[in-house]
Amino acid sequence: MVIPIEWYLVLSAFLFAIGAAGVLMRRNLFIVLFSIELMMNAVNINLVGFSRLHENLIGQNFVLFTMTVAAAEAAIGLAIVTALYRNRRTLMVDMFDVMKG
Amino acid sequence: MNYVLPLIPALPLVAFFITLFLGKWWLKDSAHWIPILAMAGSFVLSVAAFLAIRGEEHAMVVELWRWIPVGDFQVPIAFQLDQLSSVMLLVVTGVGTLIFIYSKGYMHGDPGYYRFFAYLSLFAFSMLMLVLGANYLLLYLGWEAVGLCSYYLIGFYYHKPSAASAGKKAFLTNRVGDFGFGLGVMLIFVTFGSLDYLHVFEAVEHGGTSEGILLAIGLLLFMGAMGKSAQFPLHVWLPDAMEGPTPVSALIHAATMVTAGVYMVARSSVIFASAPTAMLVVGAVGAFTAIFAASIGLVQNDIKRVMAYSTVSQLGYMFMALGIGAWIPAIFHLVTHAFFKALLFLGSGSVIHSLGGEQDMRKMGGLARKIPFTYWTLIAGAFALAGVFPFAGFWSKDEILGMNFKGGGYIIWAVGLIAAFITAFYTFRLIFMTFWGESRMDPEVEKHVHESPWSMVVPLMVLGVLSVGAGALLGIPPEGGLFAKFLEPVFEPANQILGVHHEAFAAIDVILMIVSLAVALSGVALAYVFYVRRPDDLPQKAGAISQPLYKAVLNKWYIDEIYDATIIRLTIDGSRWLWRVVDAGVIDGAVNGVARLWDIAGRIVSPFQTGRVQNYAVVMFVGLFVIVTAVIVF
Repeated sequence: MVIPIEWYLVLSAFLFAIGAAGVLMRRNLFIVLFSIELMMNAVNINLVGFSRLHENLIGQNFVLFTMTVAAAEAAIGLAIVTALYRNRRTLMVDMFDVMKG
Repeated sequence: MNYVLPLIPALPLVAFFITLFLGKWWLKDSAHWIPILAMAGSFVLSVAAFLAIRGEEHAMVVELWRWIPVGDFQVPIAFQLDQLSSVMLLVVTGVGTLIFIYSKGYMHGDPGYYRFFAYLSLFAFSMLMLVLGANYLLLYLGWEAVGLCSYYLIGFYYHKPSAASAGKKAFLTNRVGDFGFGLGVMLIFVTFGSLDYLHVFEAVEHGGTSEGILLAIGLLLFMGAMGKSAQFPLHVWLPDAMEGPTPVSALIHAATMVTAGVYMVARSSVIFASAPTAMLVVGAVGAFTAIFAASIGLVQNDIKRVMAYSTVSQLGYMFMALGIGAWIPAIFHLVTHAFFKALLFLGSGSVIHSLGGEQDMRKMGGLARKIPFTYWTLIAGAFALAGVFPFAGFWSKDEILGMNFKGGGYIIWAVGLIAAFITAFYTFRLIFMTFWGESRMDPEVEKHVHESPWSMVVPLMVLGVLSVGAGALLGIPPEGGLFAKFLEPVFEPANQILGVHHEAFAAIDVILMIVSLAVALSGVALAYVFYVRRPDDLPQKAGAISQPLYKAVLNKWYIDEIYDATIIRLTIDGSRWLWRVVDAGVIDGAVNGVARLWDIAGRIVSPFQTGRVQNYAVVMFVGLFVIVTAVIVF
């Protein structure tokens, strides 16, 4: 049977919402970073779903690129987080407010 | 003439640049040669110009180039040679050459030697531009330039605070007059559409200009003359200007620059003749200044200050003459005054030089034997200034007084006569205090008294000869001598407007001459009694009897104090008010207010910038949600 497009979208929406909630609410920088990954994967699911719907492979191709870039991004992100931790001895996001007006 | 005329001012200008740029490193102690030669060259060319213009009916105008061509406003660099400018040229270059030569001796060894000659050359250039210019703007240019040179040279010893502030005083006082002069020039342009002398005077002669405007022009121009020629109430700068070196006092503040006002009024004779009220003002101010300044000169003890007040007084005589339309006697007096007053100043300088810088007459006395050349030439100058027959000053002063009397100006005549009496008195007070009687010098100074070098004595002798003979040579018979005949064409139009007709020499002239001679001689005699016969008690007694008057005169009628208390006080207080209230309050307030506005706005807005990325993310999400929802729903 063909999985209807709505299922993809609902799953994606749930994932995205969880990710967004994590980015907006969690204090730990690691969790925030993972939540961003979650949101990105929600988008990937969307792309795959529509790819199936339209019966072409552009969407799936796109997802492969996204995942590659996401891997690189995660590496850089983790490196920055490590550097931050060495400097500040904390990863609580609300402690990083030197740009306060 | 096309080539000769522009060269006359050009030579000193070239000398100025050479001396200024090469003086310090190369010319040094021989910096005098180029300016002296340039000045002598200008004198020779001026003689050539004089020979060319003699007997000519019309003025020669040489236009070099258009200086300011803006629509209707056309001002050429043009020189006008007529009898009046020719006379001025001869005086400026002739007396100038002598004073340049004198300066060689007087300024010898001064650290600013080259600077002095550079300024002097620049002055000569400016003065020659002033007298040669063929329009009011060039006159104005020269006018301001001589003022600038005067400022430089008064403050020549700039390390002395009194000299520096005297320079500033001269400059500022002249600004007051020049303000009026500038307005007058503008009014001339607005009225006649041109600034060229010939054009303007022709338009005035032609008639049709309202007398009110001519009166305004005349008074505004005269305001400039009052500043430059040190007439009451703008006379205050000239006595202080004596802080400058003595050759400067002689050249600028006696012989040439201060007579620029007289020259300008005489040049504008047509305008003044058409505005009788302006002439009345000129005459009244002149007469008042003549007696006012003479009275101050009576009690001064600084030898140069006596001369300074005397100059103010003699300039008053010239304006007194201009006020009744006696143009030629005014210029005649200008010329003779240039000779004898330059002589008196240079002679005073020679006295000061030989005493090593002493200027106080109370510390002189008995110098006649020690510096005979200076003494005898100064005597000639003193007789000329006092107006004793047959010295130069007699002829010119007598013409002025005589024309006033015959013209019905009895009050002015009487004032002039009293001033002449005072003049004779203070002149010989100076001579007697300096040269006669017992020596009152410091023994140390007395040991070093010496006659001045030849470069100083020779100009004195030349000027001495001129002071003795020039008046008689040029001025006999009065009002019809060589001088009057020469100058007649220039003042013909003004005299026609006034309706003056030439009168032959008559018995009344002889009587007037005898009267003024008697007045002058009695002044000399009184000075003799005061300062030779009874120098120990009579001056003090006279001072004691007229105590309040004496004090007022000694303090220069408190004019400086009055200015301090009124105008200067007002200016300072007003400036302070502008500073405290307007500047600090209004302007700074406005600027600070604007700044504070942004400060407050910043305080309101800055809490939104928490520095926490998640806060921004929330706002972004909410915003995105609202926009997307809006797009979908609507």
